[in-house]
Amino acid sequence: MFILKLLLKNAFRHRLRTLLTMVGLIVAICAFGLLRTIVDAWYAGVEGTSSTRLVTRNAISLTFPLPLNYADRLRNVEGVTGVSWSNWFGGIYITERNFFPQFAIEPASYLAMYPEYVLQDEEKKAFLLDRQGAVVGRKLANQYGWKIGDQIPIRGTIYPGTWTFTLRGIWDGVDVKTDESQLLFHWQYLAETVRKLRRSNADFVGVYIVSINEPNNAPLISERVDALFKNSLAETLTETEKAFQLGFVSMSEAILVAINAVSFVIVIIIMAVMANTMMMTARERLAEYATLKALGFSPGFVVKLLFGESLVIALIGGGLGLLVTLPIAATFAKAVGTLFPQFRVSGTTMALQMLASLIVGIVAAAWPAWKMSRISIVNGLRQVA
Amino acid sequence: MKLIPFSYVARNLWVRRVTTLLTAGGMALVVFVFAVVLMMGEGIRATLVATGQPDNVLILRKGAGAEINSGIARDQAAIIESLAGIATNGEGRPLVSKEPVVLNNLPKRSNGKPSNVTLRGTSQLGMELRPQVQLIQGRMFRPGTSEIVAGHAIAKGFRGTGLGETLHFAQRDWLVVGIFDSGKTGFDSEIWGDSEQMMAAFRRNAYSTMVFRLTDQSALAGVKAAIDNDPRLQVDAKPEIQFYAEQSEGLATFIRILGLSLSIIFSIGAVVGAMITMFAAVAQRVGEIGTLRALGFRRVAVLSAFLLESLLLSLVGGVLGLFAASWMQAVDISTTNFQTFSELAFQFKLTPVIVVQTLGFSLFMGFVGGFIPAWRAARMKIVDCLRAV
Repeated sequence: MFILKLLLKNAFRHRLRTLLTMVGLIVAICAFGLLRTIVDAWYAGVEGTSSTRLVTRNAISLTFPLPLNYADRLRNVEGVTGVSWSNWFGGIYITERNFFPQFAIEPASYLAMYPEYVLQDEEKKAFLLDRQGAVVGRKLANQYGWKIGDQIPIRGTIYPGTWTFTLRGIWDGVDVKTDESQLLFHWQYLAETVRKLRRSNADFVGVYIVSINEPNNAPLISERVDALFKNSLAETLTETEKAFQLGFVSMSEAILVAINAVSFVIVIIIMAVMANTMMMTARERLAEYATLKALGFSPGFVVKLLFGESLVIALIGGGLGLLVTLPIAATFAKAVGTLFPQFRVSGTTMALQMLASLIVGIVAAAWPAWKMSRISIVNGLRQVA
Repeated sequence: MKLIPFSYVARNLWVRRVTTLLTAGGMALVVFVFAVVLMMGEGIRATLVATGQPDNVLILRKGAGAEINSGIARDQAAIIESLAGIATNGEGRPLVSKEPVVLNNLPKRSNGKPSNVTLRGTSQLGMELRPQVQLIQGRMFRPGTSEIVAGHAIAKGFRGTGLGETLHFAQRDWLVVGIFDSGKTGFDSEIWGDSEQMMAAFRRNAYSTMVFRLTDQSALAGVKAAIDNDPRLQVDAKPEIQFYAEQSEGLATFIRILGLSLSIIFSIGAVVGAMITMFAAVAQRVGEIGTLRALGFRRVAVLSAFLLESLLLSLVGGVLGLFAASWMQAVDISTTNFQTFSELAFQFKLTPVIVVQTLGFSLFMGFVGGFIPAWRAARMKIVDCLRAV
């Protein structure tokens, strides 16, 4: 207890310097946490996946469709319990800035396969009955202030023209991992409109979502599906929903690696600042440490004092940094809206923030502590005069 | 008014080498991040802008925005081909290339993770329209065969795309017979094959895009008017340079905004570091300040000496950071451009503008960090200072 009091007294002896160092620490630890949260947000789509769902897409790439008649053949594959499909719509709501995903889906089977989208029974019924209806996640609805019955106009980029949907339902996620930033509408509506417009066969789907009985059988069932369509006009590639989502993440891997690297750079920057502070402190107290030694305290005590002080500053700064991270993350999440399906500071991130400040505290004190433990008493005392 | 000699300022930094180095090192890291981000944004922009040729015009379906979203039916293509204002080559054929553009999901050589690579069907005319594209290995694909040539960034980065390797897609094996270099443009990240072969293999009836050369730039207005007045053509005509500049906007802006907001947050850390160092410098030299003032140096001279010290400190950091960042020019990087949903290889690019911006940024940090301590030094009373000795 006495030691702690001494450490605190020492730490705040040079109040301005300590406060400045702490400001630096708060900013750095907060930035570190936010950057890690941005990286986490990238993986949000992966977190929300289920191990009982597979995604079957065209083997060439996602931009190639699959024929509608694959649905029946998929249903007959051993181990498959349900089949649904969706098309990426890629439309623009008013301006390019308002980005959110829109999918044309086969409604009944799709909603059955995604129990995490919790929809009121009457809303669900209304959606199923209205061919031009749409359902959206709560977060998306809140962002644009949509209410049930609203008309939502969306300009197509892949499918030309302006498409207007009537909002029939708003789903709530079953937990925080659930995506609430999408708009879903009837695949039938898309197919019929395209058929009228292009006067061509529009029975193509973007991807099939296949539910399976046993997660452990996923590799086996994927193989069966792909073998079924081998050497056909549209060969397939089936993977778990998680692997499918990871594919998107890995596309922007270079950016993620950069953000991760940068999040460590900030910790190193603050390490340099903190080390500087501790060195100045040690230099100024040379005489004191010599006195302590002369009084019979061991060199280890001096080392402990320095490390203790450094850790006190680092942990207070880091703790405050962690505390300010939460409201800033909440504000940021509100500002970016549906750009990131979710944006929250995870427990791991908070633990890493504290770990980072701990390491900063230790590293910053290392060099001065080593130096101070080695000063000769005579030289130290001479400084006073 | 007499100024305090520069050597006094410089030597003060030298006396406290370790502190100077730690502070400047912190700043150098911030400057490094700042510079690298600007270089990245510039690299993406330069790569895509260089992809377009000044007299080339690109046709996309109305509102498509990107090549892969677009579709141009054969009959529409025929109408466009016959428009006035299109240049011809030496043999008298109009310089028009009708191209299917699709994405192929290929595994990377490094880790096997897949990414989308642009596959473009083109022709001899397509090559003539892009004189920057040069074969560096092997030969050109022969028309009417399942042969392809790969951009060198793709050949290096993706499995099955090197010279002599084969890719399997659309029920065929495609042999890579050549590697081309397009002079650091977006085409380095593409694979090219015969246009009609690809249309057949993918069972498409519509091209994705058309490119043609204008007789001269003034012909653009006429061509545009002709297209807009024809109800059969629901297409947008754009100068190729403008199209590719737009393709770079999203990613470049994203990186720039992310990077700049990071730099600003980071700079707070570095400014705090500079402030601590400068406060300590002032505190250590109270006696000296008093002596200087007693010798007749004015407050302004003291203020500018300490401010100069801080600026010099930040300049050291700035130069160190910039030096480290300049090495990044040797690094090739590639990521998915989410506007085109396909892989784009590019280099970090250091321009004089970025050098000036970066040094300006570091001097700004030095100024902000050094001003308050310098102000405090200048405000001290001579008597108090001298008493402190």
